[in-house]
Amino acid sequence: MASPTLAKKSSLNPIRRRSKPLPFPLNLYQTAVGKKWVMAITGLMLLGFVIGHMVGNLKMFIGVVEHNDERIYDLDVYAEFLQELLVPIFPPTVFLWILRGGLLAAVTLHIHSMYSLTRMNLTSSIKYKEKRTWIAANFASRSMRYSGMIVFFYIIFHLADLTFGVLPWYEFERHQVQWNVTESLSNPVVAAFYIIANILLSIHIFHGAYSMFQSLGINNPRYNSLRRGFATGVAILICVGNSAFPVAILTGVVDYDPDLVDHPAEASLVESE
Amino acid sequence: MSRTLNLELKIWRQDGPDADGRFEVYPALGIPDDASFLEMLDIVNEELIEEGRAPIEFPHDCREGICGTCGMMINGKAHGPEKGTAVCQLHMRKFNDGDAIVIEPWRARAFPVLRDLVVDRSPLDSIIEAGGYVTAPTGTAADANDTPIPKEVADSAMDAAACIGCGACVAACPNSAGQLFTAAKVWHLNSLPQGQAERYRRAENMVETMEQFFGSCTNHGECSEACPKEISQDFIAYLNRDYMKSKIKNRRLAGQS
Ligand code: FES
Repeated sequence: MASPTLAKKSSLNPIRRRSKPLPFPLNLYQTAVGKKWVMAITGLMLLGFVIGHMVGNLKMFIGVVEHNDERIYDLDVYAEFLQELLVPIFPPTVFLWILRGGLLAAVTLHIHSMYSLTRMNLTSSIKYKEKRTWIAANFASRSMRYSGMIVFFYIIFHLADLTFGVLPWYEFERHQVQWNVTESLSNPVVAAFYIIANILLSIHIFHGAYSMFQSLGINNPRYNSLRRGFATGVAILICVGNSAFPVAILTGVVDYDPDLVDHPAEASLVESE
Repeated sequence: MSRTLNLELKIWRQDGPDADGRFEVYPALGIPDDASFLEMLDIVNEELIEEGRAPIEFPHDCREGICGTCGMMINGKAHGPEKGTAVCQLHMRKFNDGDAIVIEPWRARAFPVLRDLVVDRSPLDSIIEAGGYVTAPTGTAADANDTPIPKEVADSAMDAAACIGCGACVAACPNSAGQLFTAAKVWHLNSLPQGQAERYRRAENMVETMEQFFGSCTNHGECSEACPKEISQDFIAYLNRDYMKSKIKNRRLAGQS
């Protein structure tokens, strides 16, 4: 049976060519639906990281603990734990680097798929000459590109600030996480930037954590109503959780006292003299 | 008791596909409020013709909301302010006396304006050509109810099949994506037993043809709001699922569920 005969082939030419299929699984990334799939999965990975990162940071509220017969900030214990992740199986820090590699790959793909889909959308659409109304689209869904871009620059800033410690406004010291974070965020301008960036991140998540279900084809009338609630819940959790750190440090709820620990940051001693 | 309305229309006029368009303002006076929106345009056109001016070209056919020919942006909303209503079923009683109404054609790269409010929507036909059919034996039609179909499935297929192909989803989408149309057409057949033979080929071909003309879906949901048949965005998720399955599934086992 052949395909049906049609009286007239439609007259318009496509606005873009169909690319030659690459071998599996690269062909999945050749179409927009596939790219949205990649966008959703990498988004989910990054979301998992953001939640884990926040939960880890909550340890700064615990303060000083007794660990291996030494008094040390719990946040620093946690940092050590991350370095030693899966240690009998991998040498120290190796598994951490594998995780970081995964995150880097996820960020790269997330951004690349955004870039190529944005280009596709810009070439497909024509702006209305008069004002058009938005009924279902919300601020979050319409600002994904911009919230995403700002969050990206914020991540670079955050890495420079607290991972590489190359920013000039405080004395960074490796493996003294509690010291670094309290020093950096006690600067109100830096703290304000962290809070604003996290609000934008939450707005990004508010649409992303809902949209990923649609992109992945996860849709079932039985639980569809939960998807929006999930996205809202996660967005609020991230916003409240992550903003709590700069607020706590600014108000002095979380601070760094060199007298409470056995191995204080050297810079903290210089200052108190 | 019917009122009459006096309106001011700001309408997109364009003499041909390559001509530059512009907005022109026309008074619409003494419009009975039980007229449909298209009948209102008819009245305005009568006057234009009487004055020896070119009438406003607008797409229309059945005027009962089933053919999908009509469609225009009215005050920035596809098919106007009423939810789930094609513009031919939109009545002037929904407007107030003295309203200014802006009318623009659908806008998308794949929908070039032919004249005034009429656009070429043949890319939608190209998507149908790519897979919007089933292979069925010729000869006498099969008996009704020959193939048992669960009620829920029949309902879902029917909801998808309600699509009249007007293109409002594309027009309302900021990315000019054709996802809702394609999803409705794919799911109409992919949900039914008769559509299984070509299921994965259909999803793949229709999506890939769609992407040659339209943008990509960012899940805003404007399409379902604009749709005169209120087709659900759920079908887009089903389409995405079938498309990815089509890429991954071992087709030799496609007959197994
Ligand atoms: S004219 Fe047929 S649907 Fe409106």
